[in-house]
Amino acid sequence: MAYTAKIKVTLRQSILDVQGKAVEHALKNLGYQTVESARIGKYIEVIINEEEMALAERIGNEICQKLLSNPVMENYSLELEKIN
Amino acid sequence: MADITVGVVVFPGSNCDHDTEYAVANTKGFKPVMLWHNDHDLQGAKAILLPGGFSYGDYLRAGAIARFSPIMKEVIEFANKGFPVLGICNGFQVLLESGLLEGALSRNRDKKFLCCQTCIRTVNRSTIFTSLYKQDEVLRIPIAHGEGNYFAPPEVLESLEEHNRIVFRYSDAEGRVTDETNPNGSLLNIAGIVNRQGNVLGLMPHPERASEKSLGSEDGRRMFESLYMYLAAL
Repeated sequence: MAYTAKIKVTLRQSILDVQGKAVEHALKNLGYQTVESARIGKYIEVIINEEEMALAERIGNEICQKLLSNPVMENYSLELEKIN
Repeated sequence: MADITVGVVVFPGSNCDHDTEYAVANTKGFKPVMLWHNDHDLQGAKAILLPGGFSYGDYLRAGAIARFSPIMKEVIEFANKGFPVLGICNGFQVLLESGLLEGALSRNRDKKFLCCQTCIRTVNRSTIFTSLYKQDEVLRIPIAHGEGNYFAPPEVLESLEEHNRIVFRYSDAEGRVTDETNPNGSLLNIAGIVNRQGNVLGLMPHPERASEKSLGSEDGRRMFESLYMYLAAL
């Protein structure tokens, strides 16, 4: 059994997202006046070979906290999908 | 007295390792030794320097992967025992990622990679790395980074201020610390901080690039000499 951990890492709201700001300005320059803001994050897929979903989830959270995100300036979300 | 060995860690992607080695070799009484990231042996070094560059291509986050390099286990133990560790630029990022220092560095607020001369004010000369500077002395030391925007939650900033752990702040040539003298958006104009025990210093400016007159400034030199004074007196 294996699971795909779909992980999104985003900058905390209090952190200035300069990439997002640049994209936001570009969209506004393209004429999309209703675009209010853009923020850029990372999407990471990790395949975890585990039988039990609970264990895969524990590992998913652990790797997010240890390496994939920096809790000082980022948040993460984790979604698990069973691979058939 | 035999020369004191100072280790310079080489990560894949380090690019200031040889400049740092040169600055160490140029410091009277010091002998550099290069430490490959994949090793576990500090080779008798009495201080460890983490150099600038782009360890692991800055993948994921600057310093995030280097922090788990094999040799970092020994470096963290070494630091926790109270021995001196100095992180410069990417080395500072590695120290923050490893938890030896608090806070984080995000993208410069003006989106640009900055490579220029800066002035920093020595706001704490009581560390083992700054004892040869005068209190509030302004140093001309260059920066070269895209992610040097220091951030920390309010409680960490309070602790840094309360325990006099901010060592360098971006200033003008007269030592004025203002928003105009802040190149990257760092909170409180922070350019360098020290840990509570006082043995781990991280800074974004490059003292090794300001270690002799031909480089345009030799203000960085006394950082290495301060460290020597400390180690020689042990």
